[in-house]
Amino acid sequence: MMLEVRDLRVEFPTRRGTLTALDRISFSIAPGEVLGVVGESGAGKSITGLAIIGLLEPPGRIAAGEVRLEGRRIDHLPPEELRRLRGRRIGVIFQDPLTSLNPLYTIGRQLEETILAHLPMGKRAARERALALLGEVGIPAPAGRYRHYPHQFSGGMRQRVVIALALAAEPRLLIADEPTTALDVSIQAQIIALLKRLAAERGAAVMLITHDMGVIAETAHRVAVMYAGRIVEVGSVRDVIHAPQHPYTVGLMGSIPRIAARRSHLVQIDGAMPRLNAIPPGCAFHPRCTRRFERCLVERPDLMPAGASRAACWLHAAS
Amino acid sequence: MPLLKLEGVSRDFDVSRPWLNRVLEHEPRRMLRAVDQVTLGIDKGETVGLVGESGCGKSTVARLIVGLYAPSEGRIEFSGRRLQMIFQDPYASLNPRWRVQDIVAEPIRFLGTGQKVEELLVQVGLSPDDGEKYPHEFSGGQRQRISIARALAGEPDFLVCDEPTSALDVSVQAQILNLMSDLQRRLGLTYLFISHNLAVVSQVADRVGVMYLGRIVELAPAAQLFSHPRHPYTRMLLDAVPDLGMSGRPRTPVRGEVPNPLAPPAGCTFHPRCPHANERCGREVPAFIDGVACHAVAEGRI
Repeated sequence: MMLEVRDLRVEFPTRRGTLTALDRISFSIAPGEVLGVVGESGAGKSITGLAIIGLLEPPGRIAAGEVRLEGRRIDHLPPEELRRLRGRRIGVIFQDPLTSLNPLYTIGRQLEETILAHLPMGKRAARERALALLGEVGIPAPAGRYRHYPHQFSGGMRQRVVIALALAAEPRLLIADEPTTALDVSIQAQIIALLKRLAAERGAAVMLITHDMGVIAETAHRVAVMYAGRIVEVGSVRDVIHAPQHPYTVGLMGSIPRIAARRSHLVQIDGAMPRLNAIPPGCAFHPRCTRRFERCLVERPDLMPAGASRAACWLHAAS
Repeated sequence: MPLLKLEGVSRDFDVSRPWLNRVLEHEPRRMLRAVDQVTLGIDKGETVGLVGESGCGKSTVARLIVGLYAPSEGRIEFSGRRLQMIFQDPYASLNPRWRVQDIVAEPIRFLGTGQKVEELLVQVGLSPDDGEKYPHEFSGGQRQRISIARALAGEPDFLVCDEPTSALDVSVQAQILNLMSDLQRRLGLTYLFISHNLAVVSQVADRVGVMYLGRIVELAPAAQLFSHPRHPYTRMLLDAVPDLGMSGRPRTPVRGEVPNPLAPPAGCTFHPRCPHANERCGREVPAFIDGVACHAVAEGRI
C-alpha cells in the first residue's frame, strides 16, 4: 500500500471540552489508485487530508491512530522532516490555486525552486524539467509563459501550474483537496482528465477530496463517504453510486439532481449534519435516519461488509 | 402576453482606468459589455433557467430585471405585481444585527402587505419561534429559507433566484429546491432561476437559456435542450458535466477557455473554441433564429 491510515483520531481541545473532528478513520490507497473522499461541509474530509500531511491547525492534533506512507510511519515525525516529505513524497493541491502560489515570483522561478529543493539536479536541468512539467499539465507555449506571474494566468491555468508544482518532485502520494471546485465546468473537465492521466501514468496514489460526487464518478476508483468525522461507507465508485448501502449514502445519492432524470421531488434527508460538539451517541446519523432501531442509538457501528462495499451501519450486521 | 419581457437588453460597464492614468498614458475609455442584446419572455407560472460559466452575464441579467442596474439599451417590461430576488450567499444577504422576525417583517412594513411573519416562517419550513433568533444561529440552508421567507413577505408573483443553492451542500440543496417547487405550486410563482450547475437547472426549469459572453446562444424547453442541444457551446457544456451514471458515453473533450470579455472575438464569440467554425463565423455575428444563434445550425451544417 502507498498510504495506510489506521484508526486515526483528531481532536481539537477547546475551553469547553475536547472536540473530536475525526474518529477511527481507516483507509488505504494503492499505487496508481485514485481514492475519492466525499462528504458535506464539516464531515471532516479536509481535516483528514491535513492530518496526513501534518498541517493540522493548532490546537488540532492527532490523538490516536497512525499514518503510513510506503510502510513508514509519518504521523509522529518532527516538523522539519515532515516538511521535507511534503513536496518530495507527498504533493498537495488545494482548492484555491492562489493560496499555493507566491504572487511575487514568476511561476518559472517557483517551479525551479521546488525542483532544486527536492531533487539532486543543477539549475539548467531544473529549468528543463520545469518546462516539461508545464507542458505536461497543458500550459500552451510553456517557454513563453515561464516568466509570467500568477496573476497573469486564468483560474484554470493557475490550477494547472499548482498541479505542476505538486508533481515537481515526483511525489508518491498526491492529495487534492477540492481541486476543481473554484473552476467552471468546462475547465473542471480538463483538470479531471489531467489528474486521471497523471495517476495512471506515474503510478502515484491520489487522494481526491471533494463534495462533488460527479467529480468522483469521473475520476476515482474507490470512494469513502464521510459523515460527522467518520467514514460511513467505502467501496468501488460503481458500487457506491449504483448500489449505496448506508442510509446516508442512499439519501446523498438521491439528493443529487441529474440531467435527463428529472424527478418531481429530489430525495430529501431532513435535518442537518450534527456539529462537532453535539455528535449523538451510537451511530452519528441515527437522528436523521429513517431506518434506525434501538442498537443504532447506543452502539457505534464500524465498517462491515455490506453488498459489494463496506458500510458502518447496523442494518448490515450479520444477525 | 408574458409576465416579464426583455427586448434587446444590453448593459455596458465602464472599466476604464482612472482619469489621470488615461490622460498620462493616452489610454481610451474601456467599456465592457456584460449583457448583449438579450431578448427573453417569461410566462406566468413557468420557471426559466439561465445557465453559463462565470462572467457570461447571467447575474447581470438578474440585476437588470430587478432594477439594481439600468439597461444601457433595450427595454424591460414587467406586467405582474411585484418582483423579489433571492441571492446566492445567505450569509451576506441577511443583516446579522437583526432578529429574523425583523428581517422577514421589513418588506411587510415597507410595502404594507398583510403577511404574518410566523406564517411565512412555517411556510418555508422553519418554526415560528425562530423569529426571535439572529441569523448566525442558523445553518446555510436555514438562512436561505429565511431569505425566501423575506422574499415572500412582499407578496411577489415573480422571483429572481441568482444561484440560490450554489453555496449549499447537496442534501441541503435538495431541501431548498423541493421547497421552491412546492411554493411555486402553492402560490403560483414565476421563477427566473440562474445557476452555473446544469443538473440543478434541469431539475427546476421548464425552459432554459444558455449564455455565453453576454449573449443568449440557445433557448429551448428544458427537456429538448438537455436531450438535443443544438448550439455547439451547449453541447460542449453538457459534455463537460461529470457523468454520475458512469455510462461511458463518448464525449468531445472541452477546448480552450472563455475569452477575455474586454476583447471578445469578432463574429460569433464562441468561434475560436468551436469545432464547426468557418470563415463566416469569425466575421458575422449569428442572428438568434428559432431558439439558437449559430451559423452552423442555420446553414444546416450540424
